Amino acid sequence: MSLLAVHDLAVARGGLRTVEGVSFALDPGQALILRGPNGLGKTTLLRTVAGLQSPVAGRIDMADDAVAYAAHADGLKPALTARENLTFWARVFGGQGVDRALAAMDLTTLATRPAAALSAGQKRRLGLARLLVTGRPLWVLDEPTVSLDAASVARFAQVVADHLGQGGAALIATHIDLTLPQARVLDLTPFRARPGAPIARPSGFNEAFG
Amino acid sequence: MIALLIRDLRLATRAGGGFGLGVAFFLILSALVPFGVGPDRATLAPVAPGILWVGALLACLLSLDRIFALDHEDGSLDLLATAPLPLEGAVAIKALAHWITTGLPLVLAAPIFGLLLHLPMQAVPALVLSLALGTPALSMLGAFGAAITVGLRRGGLLLSLLVLPLYIPTLIFGAEITRRGVEGQAIGTPLVFLAGITLAVLALIPLAAAAALRVNLR
Repeated sequence: MSLLAVHDLAVARGGLRTVEGVSFALDPGQALILRGPNGLGKTTLLRTVAGLQSPVAGRIDMADDAVAYAAHADGLKPALTARENLTFWARVFGGQGVDRALAAMDLTTLATRPAAALSAGQKRRLGLARLLVTGRPLWVLDEPTVSLDAASVARFAQVVADHLGQGGAALIATHIDLTLPQARVLDLTPFRARPGAPIARPSGFNEAFG
Repeated sequence: MIALLIRDLRLATRAGGGFGLGVAFFLILSALVPFGVGPDRATLAPVAPGILWVGALLACLLSLDRIFALDHEDGSLDLLATAPLPLEGAVAIKALAHWITTGLPLVLAAPIFGLLLHLPMQAVPALVLSLALGTPALSMLGAFGAAITVGLRRGGLLLSLLVLPLYIPTLIFGAEITRRGVEGQAIGTPLVFLAGITLAVLALIPLAAAAALRVNLR
């Protein structure tokens, strides 16, 4: 049983199709890295898989409540401390292991600092630590390594590898090499949508009632 | 859901959270009106119920755009939408947090501000009761407006234009309850109407607001 199966998926951003005909499957322990030039629709594809928007065509098969999504914004509140931020997400997702997650991303010494006082890279690490407390098997990551230094990237790759080792899966859009031996790479460039592909209804209509 | 409520309350009471802003605005408004229309009882007492209710309405409006805008900016809203929590529940909780930080202080402070406007003492129970019944509807309707305008630049003004007309029924019956309290009449009928409006809003608006959020998150 695969964690995620995508069949012939087409996604749209602002009413325009970006990629179409994408199919892949992720089994427990697997990772898939999406590549492609800027503006191709990697983020749109990830948001669709995360359930934040609906696909234009195709099908996404996965269990309910399987996805932990991490995007460019980390979802941190500057007025709360690192630990409070993480505890909040742990309680919302019904997960636990806040201390373990802080230790895994090397944030233990910063736990009592307000998120406003963290550097960009430290915020990013805190945002990624959130993945660990969700307890969700499928990680959908959009450029997870932005503003991380080399040591943090290696540390994060280790965290992802551990997650895969525990039967999780990861779908990652990234431009840098994460040194994940078990990861497959999918280049989305061949799936770029043909311009002028017909859309059944006016896009505004889809937005409102789709 | 409790976690979300606690987080929102904590954020509101920390630096920059805006807790107390609504009450301070309400106070200033109540203090300005006597300067504008004259301080004598004969002028102020008849308009006091209306002024107090309009003041509460505007004070409520001040902090509405914070309900979802901040969560949208830092990405929390995307994450909440993927959380096991139903979005309708998240809307209801955020409206409740807004009411606790804005509406409830208004209810508690209103009797004192009523003094500034020469509101007769016998009307105070009616004023407090009408505000306690009406302000939850103000917060929930505001959450709906905030859900529609989330992600828009300068959405605050549009939010006010959208939400204020929806406040009219609550304002009419709330001010009517207070006016009848001033004149010592029975307040039963407008009270039932106000309670009905609030209950309908609390039951239906979370669904509408969650639908608006889903469209805006795409």
